[in-house]
Amino acid sequence: MATVTTPARATGGASETPDTPGWARWANEHRKWLFAAPAMIFVAALIVFPLAWTGYLSLTDAEGSVRAESEFVGFRNYLDVLSDTERFWPAVGRTATFTVVALLFEVVLGMAVALLLWRPFKGQKWVRVAILMPLVATPVAVGMMWRLIFDPNIGLANQVLGWVGIGPQPWLAGQHSALPTTIFIDVWQWTPMVVLILLAGLTSLSEEPQEAARIDGASTWQRFRHVTLPLLMPTVIVAILLRGIDALKTFDILYATKGRGGGSFHEVETLNVYAYGLSFDYNEYGVSSTVLIIFFLIIIGSMWALTARRKEAHR
Amino acid sequence: MKPRPTYRVFRVVALAVVVLSLLAPLLWMVAASFKTNVDIYDTGKALVFSPTTDNYVTVLKQANYVQFIGNSLWVAFAATVASLLLGVPAAYSMSRFNMRKSALVVLMARVIPGVSLLVPWYYVFSNLKMVGGFGVLILSHMFVSLPLVVYIMMGYFDGLPEELEEAALVDGLTHIGAFRRITLPLSVPGIATAGILSFIFSWNNFMFALVLSGADTKTLPVAIFDFVGYASIDWGGLMAAATVVTLPIMLIALFVQKYVVSGLTAGATKG
Repeated sequence: MATVTTPARATGGASETPDTPGWARWANEHRKWLFAAPAMIFVAALIVFPLAWTGYLSLTDAEGSVRAESEFVGFRNYLDVLSDTERFWPAVGRTATFTVVALLFEVVLGMAVALLLWRPFKGQKWVRVAILMPLVATPVAVGMMWRLIFDPNIGLANQVLGWVGIGPQPWLAGQHSALPTTIFIDVWQWTPMVVLILLAGLTSLSEEPQEAARIDGASTWQRFRHVTLPLLMPTVIVAILLRGIDALKTFDILYATKGRGGGSFHEVETLNVYAYGLSFDYNEYGVSSTVLIIFFLIIIGSMWALTARRKEAHR
Repeated sequence: MKPRPTYRVFRVVALAVVVLSLLAPLLWMVAASFKTNVDIYDTGKALVFSPTTDNYVTVLKQANYVQFIGNSLWVAFAATVASLLLGVPAAYSMSRFNMRKSALVVLMARVIPGVSLLVPWYYVFSNLKMVGGFGVLILSHMFVSLPLVVYIMMGYFDGLPEELEEAALVDGLTHIGAFRRITLPLSVPGIATAGILSFIFSWNNFMFALVLSGADTKTLPVAIFDFVGYASIDWGGLMAAATVVTLPIMLIALFVQKYVVSGLTAGATKG
């Protein structure tokens, strides 16, 4: 084997000579787990035990205090929750609506903006800076900011509508407009994320298929539909996956704009908000654990379905 | 091929609309933070008003925000350093030994709904008399930043050629020596990316601090709610508080834009 000289030798490395201490040799041999184990133990300790406990609590009638005596009730909580059409199923519906509608807007708008930014032009740097700002802003503060803008009496939103002759809207205060308004806030904050991911995907595409299609006389739309989009599909699915997980679990902006329980009529009460309220406002640990286990299964299920789609897109 | 002139005009207009709709709300928030509540309620004074710094005096002095800024900084900093210490070696091992299943364990932390962990955490940590202290806050924020560090660094190490380490081994370094003297110095950009992202996500985290922090240890996102009363809202103070929380993080992002973008899009274009 050819010897490669690097400056490292000059700085003097601890070479594995017979006088290398035993522990150092042991460490080098077992470095795979020595390096990986602390992080894995940390995560496992904070996940496995709590999750197992949540699973156990979901089979009990625990309430009031986690320290209080509770009785094992089998799957009664599950039957109760799954037949609860007052809070549980509406929350499932809102979670689904919130996630699907927000994702739809974020992917379509994100794709449009990414395509606009694809080819270099003067001032692109500044547009990118603007795109980054909502993304890094603290979600709770963003919620408060929109709360002022959407205030029915003093908010900027109704003022702007007034200029174009549209009457004031209730926005967050309306029983039916609250959820769409929170979806709008999510779209404002997270479309930039989709833009960045898709832009990274677009920049990594090779130019040749584009050129070939152009020479064949394909129109701009045809090139997008039949060349760019199929090649970009794996990245689109990654964007949906990453955004989808977070959208399902949205909490901060809902809590900041509507407070506990998703508002007085539970207008924006998604599964996460519902479970939080059951745990920390009502101390219904048994029922809340049941909701959380079902919620967790929904998240895993949707991820699994998307990953399967991604593998398909790769073929 | 140069784009057609009509497209160029369209692009300028469209991007102007995008930039305006992203920045205008933030500028509005900052503007409102310099208004008196009387001016905020007077829609005629939307753009023309005499600026005041009273709201910031309220936020920093009366509302004790200097302390909460310190809390947020300390928790985000400690969680980031601890996550890097645990996460960078772990990501290295997972990348070099192709431990994809182990990586999945760590990434589970990103998927799990935080609420499902909070009840058991609360119970355990209150038995240990840790609820309301910094320790439990830092641990819970690490739960957010560690998976991020592992994810970003795995991608980084995947792209770092192994030949450099092999050369170092030939030159007599041990495996751990090669990691310390060759790989780590070469990974500084990746570590910077992971560290910055971890700091931002910890700074912005709300739910864990909402449950686990105490009156003296609460972080900025929780402290914002001090300005929301049952009956009325101090809009000027609230917007000043929101600005104090978001502005530092936006300035950081402005200066290290490249790192933030590469961290957010890490792994997105891989097969």
